[in-house]
Amino acid sequence: MKSIINYLAEIFRGVSALIKGMKVTGYYFIHPGEIVTQQYPENRKKLVMFERFKGEVVMIHNENNEHHCTACGICEMNCPNGSIEIISKTVTSEDGKKKKVLAHHIYHLGMCTFCNLCVKTCPSNALKMDQTFEHAVFDRTKLTKVLNRPGSVLMKGVDK
Amino acid sequence: MDAEKIQPLTEEQEFSINMGPQHPSTHGVLRLMLKLQGEMVREVKPQLGYIHRGIEKMCEKLTYPQTIHLTDRLDYLSAHILNESVCLAVENALEVEVPDRVKYVRTIIDELNRIASHQLWWCAFGMDLGALTTFFYGLRDREKILDIFEETCGARLLLSYNVPGGLMFDIHPNFQKRTKDFIKYFRKKLPEYDALLTGNPIMQERTKGIGYFSKEDAINFGLSGPPGRASGFSCDVRVHQPYSAYPFAKFKEILYTEGDTFHRYKVRIDEMWESMNIIEQLIDNIPEGDFAVKMKPVIKLPEGEYYQRVEAARGEFGVYIVSDGNKNPYRMKFRSPNFCNLAPLHKMSVGYKIADLVAISGSLDFVVPDMDR
Repeated sequence: MKSIINYLAEIFRGVSALIKGMKVTGYYFIHPGEIVTQQYPENRKKLVMFERFKGEVVMIHNENNEHHCTACGICEMNCPNGSIEIISKTVTSEDGKKKKVLAHHIYHLGMCTFCNLCVKTCPSNALKMDQTFEHAVFDRTKLTKVLNRPGSVLMKGVDK
Repeated sequence: MDAEKIQPLTEEQEFSINMGPQHPSTHGVLRLMLKLQGEMVREVKPQLGYIHRGIEKMCEKLTYPQTIHLTDRLDYLSAHILNESVCLAVENALEVEVPDRVKYVRTIIDELNRIASHQLWWCAFGMDLGALTTFFYGLRDREKILDIFEETCGARLLLSYNVPGGLMFDIHPNFQKRTKDFIKYFRKKLPEYDALLTGNPIMQERTKGIGYFSKEDAINFGLSGPPGRASGFSCDVRVHQPYSAYPFAKFKEILYTEGDTFHRYKVRIDEMWESMNIIEQLIDNIPEGDFAVKMKPVIKLPEGEYYQRVEAARGEFGVYIVSDGNKNPYRMKFRSPNFCNLAPLHKMSVGYKIADLVAISGSLDFVVPDMDR
């Protein structure tokens, strides 16, 4: 007799706990407004990332295609993974002085760990983090990027 | 095939089986070599090395600010706390006093990180026991914390927000409001966790009294974090060796003496409440000031040995730096909580069934990249 009572009590306890749990799930079933799911590929146009989001490193250019990079190589030195390579060239200015200028600022996105050290240590604030995040490509050579745009020059007034 | 050669197993015979490295309930590439008798576990031998990346050796080639982003990749669920350990070690070695603002912000993000980590553990623990619903509820709330991180630190998981001497950027203007909103929201949602899983009789049957571990054993095995505190071993570094802004906050250490799987579960649920208390005490009192001390461009530690321990979400994390005066560490050793928490798995799970082994290893909350390094 006692075992039957125990058995029934256990069933009652199990069912009551089940109802308690189902109450939570049932609440969200009748309150669909509280569901937070985002329909990702569909909401792509409206999707705004936070301004500090570290998506990829880009070089800041103004409207005259000028940048701040003096090819000093501090970002290359501070990068923990070797994802930045700076190729500089020497040009002779009109008054005969030789000057080192940036030829290519090469950035390997595939190696980058987004630690922000290059942006932080850059003495002339030439780099920033962009908010893009859809980096998937079919060919990994496309992950190697040249950050300075073709024909871009050093902004006047920015010096070493 | 010679059919006569295949012999059925008798009940007494033991047989070996591999659980992992691709088993979903081992939470990563952990391989457990089991000796079973029927369904009873007779021996558990963990095999490591499937995700060994040589991070300690890599650190020897990097400068101190560069090593920080590698500590993210150990216990990625408590990344900020691990970043902080290296920063504190470097700051203590150089005898740099960081501003109070840095200490407060670090502690708040530490606690947010701890809540996020425990939420993910709760999701995964429910999944281990076969309750898929928990996964969606836990991740829903974790998303709010990740948004706070994304706005202030610029990343969701691998924060890299600490630098020696302070923080990478100042906190975002919305940080305090968002954090307070989250605390208000989560105080309402945490009771749902209890309604969904804690009170469930199936969950209680599967966890109560399973995987008992005594206080003496916990101390002998070097167990720390929630598993250690569930066994009654008072091992919270935040209480015994306070760092950052923990001396400014009042909180109690969660201690249970039962030492079974259910109480390892309870410790983490209670810690989430306690973390919210800490954040509430600090969030309104963040002092004004600089967010970083100006450090030299090349940080060189004086010759010597430095050790700093912090309380990560899974237990005590220690960083040991041997410096020979150069800009790179001569040796950097990490004492990771997961590696030490793995050791008692054999002792805990012998004599139980395979399903109990899954529950026990779920309650120890393994992050495999932290074991292998």
